[in-house]
Amino acid sequence: MSGLSLNRIMAVLVKEFTQLTRDRLTYALILAMPIVQLLLFGYAINGDPRNLPTAVLVQDNGTFARSTLGAIRNSGYFDITEVARTTAELDEALALGRVQFAITIPADFTRRVVRGDRATILVEADAADPSATGNAVAALASLPREALRHDLTGPLAARAGAPPPFEVVVHRRYNPEAVTAYNIVPGLLGVILSMTLVMMTSLGVTREYERGTMESLLATPVRPLEVMIGKLAPYVLVGLIQTVFILGLAKLLFGVPMQGGWGALSLGIILFIMGSLALGFLLSTVARTQLQAMQMSFFYMLPSILLSGFMFPYRGMPDWAQAIGALIPVTHFLRVVRGALLKGLGVSDLWPSLGALLVFVLVVVALAMARYRTTLD
Amino acid sequence: MTLAVDVSGLDKRFGDKHVVQNLSIQVETGRITGFLGPNGSGKTTTLRMLCGLLTPDSGEGEVLGLDFRREAERIKRQTGYMTQKFSLYEDLSIEENLAFVARVYSLPDRRRRVTESLERLGLENRRRQLAGSLSGGWKQRLALAACVMHEPRLLLLDEPTAGVDPKARREFWDEIHALSAEGLTVMVSTHYMDEAERCHDIAYIAYGRMMARGTGDEVIARSGLVTFRAEGPGADRLSRKLADRPGVAMAAPFGSALHVSGTDRAALEAAIAPWRRDPLRWTQVEPTLEDVFIHLMNQSRDNFA
Ligand SMILES: Nc1ncnc2c1ncn2[C@@H]1O[C@H](COP(=O)(O)OP(=O)(O)O)[C@@H](O)[C@H]1O
Ligand SMILES: [Mg+2]
Repeated sequence: MSGLSLNRIMAVLVKEFTQLTRDRLTYALILAMPIVQLLLFGYAINGDPRNLPTAVLVQDNGTFARSTLGAIRNSGYFDITEVARTTAELDEALALGRVQFAITIPADFTRRVVRGDRATILVEADAADPSATGNAVAALASLPREALRHDLTGPLAARAGAPPPFEVVVHRRYNPEAVTAYNIVPGLLGVILSMTLVMMTSLGVTREYERGTMESLLATPVRPLEVMIGKLAPYVLVGLIQTVFILGLAKLLFGVPMQGGWGALSLGIILFIMGSLALGFLLSTVARTQLQAMQMSFFYMLPSILLSGFMFPYRGMPDWAQAIGALIPVTHFLRVVRGALLKGLGVSDLWPSLGALLVFVLVVVALAMARYRTTLD
Repeated sequence: MTLAVDVSGLDKRFGDKHVVQNLSIQVETGRITGFLGPNGSGKTTTLRMLCGLLTPDSGEGEVLGLDFRREAERIKRQTGYMTQKFSLYEDLSIEENLAFVARVYSLPDRRRRVTESLERLGLENRRRQLAGSLSGGWKQRLALAACVMHEPRLLLLDEPTAGVDPKARREFWDEIHALSAEGLTVMVSTHYMDEAERCHDIAYIAYGRMMARGTGDEVIARSGLVTFRAEGPGADRLSRKLADRPGVAMAAPFGSALHVSGTDRAALEAAIAPWRRDPLRWTQVEPTLEDVFIHLMNQSRDNFA
């Protein structure tokens, strides 16, 4: 068995590229779709997620601290998943996205409450996705009055009245003004890329079968992997053009901040483009007609929009939905894009998501190769 | 003599349809073999199995001296296959289609090969025209040019002239004979009698079975058919009356004349006796290939269908 032939790959690639540029629909799809979607989705989409993972740093071991923590838990919005020992640990949990909130109860909390000396607790929220934090933050407003109602009796009863016994200081990190567009627009990059790329390539093999050209193609010595590479390569270019276009619009129209993380972002984009293309190719080996291929790509788009954390906060979804979401590349891509653009995270921080994308690419390519028929049987 | 194709015991089923049944075929190098038979008799399926596009359920043998089941890849490199339905890219130009083929076969000197091919076709001036906008005859010639570009040793043509006008068909056949003269082996399926007569050899299959094999003359001689021709006023209108009589295998009008055939001379003569008088003139003639084919078709229908 000889290896891959560059000539044969180029044969398919040049043909595919020529066909692509000859089809006017291509241009509409590449440029018009991002514009329409950016305008449509630029509006806020809200949800009311509960039980959001929360890390706490408790430096005070007095009763009031414990009661306050209990009240926070009882609000239903916060699920304490980590107990940090240092400020650094707490910061890390928030930065890497393990938790949505980081709560600090300072060492002098109980003492200040007793003295009536402006006690505070600090709540830091990962506001990259403001719709995920909005309601939880609102719920904190009633916390000071409720938390210590049972504790402030006897000589301390006076502290229970106005002014409230302590104050909650909320810091919104990463997206301090809670601009929904900051979150939606990078997410749109994932949605638009998968829509165009999966849809366009899912027609690839199916079209050859429908037009009868597959019979000629199979009669030549070209190999499956060569067909796949040749057919997909032109669309890598399409994906990159769209990426630049969308990010440009995001900056121009919405002023989305770009904190860096360019290495992780580029890697994520490349992996995501490859994964989407391979998926499209896989669908096109399964579909019998172009119409079927279209339907399959739409079917794939539904969970990509609804369960990936694009439309609704990932953490607000029930477990089964999160499990499905974890299988979808858009989910991981969104984490990379938001992490890199809004938080400036690098490859070393985002490797779980990047790794998931890589696994997706490999699995889908393997499946596509297994599905691709070299005969008409 | 060497055999370009030598396969035996070929079988192919689609579901419970047994489309090709225990078929064996030998083709001598350098000859043009016409592949005939009614629609759905398995011609396309057989050609596809020979070039590795379909996997036979059983069957052994060699194509171009290579095991046709195990070495499909190497056979593909030396075989040109022209599909029944036009299968070049209609949204690519003539030149782009040829360039694609040249690349896929990794041909050296690609530009020169494409230009030569265009010149041979007489399409240099229309090289940028989209293949989809060509007329039927030109499409067929382009498809032929595309499948001989890599200089194959075996050419499989599946009804290459269906729906093409007579002049274009003649030119197409001139081209096939020119290629054959250069040593190429050709298998071509067709429904046209004049094309069958242009082939060196004929293979007639019906319902997936080989019914007749050999040169045109051999096929006629082996059929054992006796044919009478009637001429005169109203001769062509007798066919229906004669067709059902014992001893008559078939009766078919040929223009204003009538051909009546059967395998048993005595029975046939008895059948036509009532009309063997003025104003009709009867003569015994050589059966034509068409007579033989229609006869074979009727026979196989009675036996298998
Ligand atoms: N891929 C297929 N699946 C199912 N049936 C098929 C397939 N290809 C051909 N057939 C059937 O096999 C029979 C022979 O077809 P074919 O080889 O195309 O005949 P021909 O070329 O002589 O007209 C027909 O009845 C056809 O319907
Ligand atoms: Mg056919």
